Amino acid sequence: MLLRKATDLTYADVTPKSVYLDRRKFLRGVGLAGIAAVAGRRLLDLAIPSQSVHAGTKLTTIKGPFSTDEKINSFNDVTHYNNFYEFGVDKDQPAKNSQKFVTSPWTVSVSGEVKKSRKFSMDEILKLAPLEERIYRHRCVEGWSIVVPWIGFSLSTLVNLVEPTPKARFVAFESYYDPGQMPLGKYAGIELPYVEGLRLDEAMHPLALLCVGMYGETLPNQDGAPVRLVVPWKYGFKSIKSLVKIRFVKDQPPTTWNLYSSQEYGFYSNVNPEVDHPRWSQARERRLPEFFKTHKTLMFNGYGDQVASLYTGMDLRKNY
Amino acid sequence: MHTLLVSRWTKAVLFLLCLGPLTAIVWPFVRGYTIPNPLEFIQHATGDWTLRFLVITLTITPLRQLLRLPELIRFRRMLGLFAFFYACLHFTTYLWFDKLFDAHEIWKDVYKRPFITVGFLAFTLLIPLAITSTAGWIRRLGGRRWRILHRSIYISAVCGVIHYYWQVKSAVLRPLFYAALVGMLLAWRVGEWFLRRRRMALAHAVPQRSPINASQ
Repeated sequence: MLLRKATDLTYADVTPKSVYLDRRKFLRGVGLAGIAAVAGRRLLDLAIPSQSVHAGTKLTTIKGPFSTDEKINSFNDVTHYNNFYEFGVDKDQPAKNSQKFVTSPWTVSVSGEVKKSRKFSMDEILKLAPLEERIYRHRCVEGWSIVVPWIGFSLSTLVNLVEPTPKARFVAFESYYDPGQMPLGKYAGIELPYVEGLRLDEAMHPLALLCVGMYGETLPNQDGAPVRLVVPWKYGFKSIKSLVKIRFVKDQPPTTWNLYSSQEYGFYSNVNPEVDHPRWSQARERRLPEFFKTHKTLMFNGYGDQVASLYTGMDLRKNY
Repeated sequence: MHTLLVSRWTKAVLFLLCLGPLTAIVWPFVRGYTIPNPLEFIQHATGDWTLRFLVITLTITPLRQLLRLPELIRFRRMLGLFAFFYACLHFTTYLWFDKLFDAHEIWKDVYKRPFITVGFLAFTLLIPLAITSTAGWIRRLGGRRWRILHRSIYISAVCGVIHYYWQVKSAVLRPLFYAALVGMLLAWRVGEWFLRRRRMALAHAVPQRSPINASQ
């Protein structure tokens, strides 16, 4: 077939010389310049990593419960290695791209199956309870972990104020999303705004922290300013950042990473060394900034004594 | 341009340029910058550069023809070997820093996890190419067989891109960019192959149909 067709070709079928030359120019121009530009920028990034300093507002705190005595990570580690896809998918991008993020004024609306749905301003949140410093382990689903001195109070304080009705079985959380301030959000690959959820009893657990600061100061933008969740017995992505909406609901709410890939990221996402991520083992973790992946990952990230009873009788392999 | 390309110095300069990424990877450690996840930094950088060198190596043949610069062939082996070099570094970070040389765990990983499997395959296929990259081996194998063997770089590049695509959580734009590059470079080869077949067919067919043209 092909052979026969080829014999029908005449000189008129030959690509005009100008087009042929243009193709060369195009390839040479775009191809080489593109490769050079990408390579050059990456090289620069590699050679001169950003080391910006963030000036937060000091917060007065009391010592909270549940703190670990493990070595705390440096402020620089925790502020220059972030997953905050609204500000870019690379770990060093949120630190660079979130500096102009406007976090004041800020309100968190609480609604749904509650007797007293209402909005909280940031000032109100800061005065709901004495601010505690709690040093928690933070384990990312990607296999690294850090130890952070968070500041805040138990989420249950806020839950009790709004008085959930008997119908409320789950709590749905939503992050702020403004494509104008977060232009890289459209390349995140995940649906935004970011949403998360907890069972009501999980949200009421005293370990679950409504977090407004770290390292003695208000939260830096890249760490989820001005208010976020910290759920230390679950993988880091459950600890939603820059929180604007809390809804009490009857049914299990959708969660961002579960929507993206449900076989990889479950609703519960409790830290569990025995249940691997489909693409990597969760048995060990790298405690930043260490080189080797030597730390054994603990069940419930080491908070089993406190939270294991929430899951008695549940198959944690199925409910990953 | 041609004299520049055949100059001994050009090759030396290119060699140093190819070491640039390595310098950029080592540099922050020499300067004592704090890198929160040093292993990931090295792993990603060496992986990125392996893919880039594979792409650059695959660009040589099209560029030789499109720019009419056959001398570019002088650099292909070196570029390919640099792809292998960065692949070795990348593989070492996995064996050593991630798996601590635990053979059992590595085998489990390769067996169980598709993204490790394709990465492993991409790397393994590069080994015979690196070994047989010498003039002696080309002679021993014969040009034709050597060329067929070295076509496995296509599989390596494709597997490398898949490895990258499967590794990221949701940020697929960059893996897709490499997929487009490798796709274009392979499509060009397929196109060339078809054109060659056509030309051969024409060479056979034309004299029968219009002998006057053929004699000119």
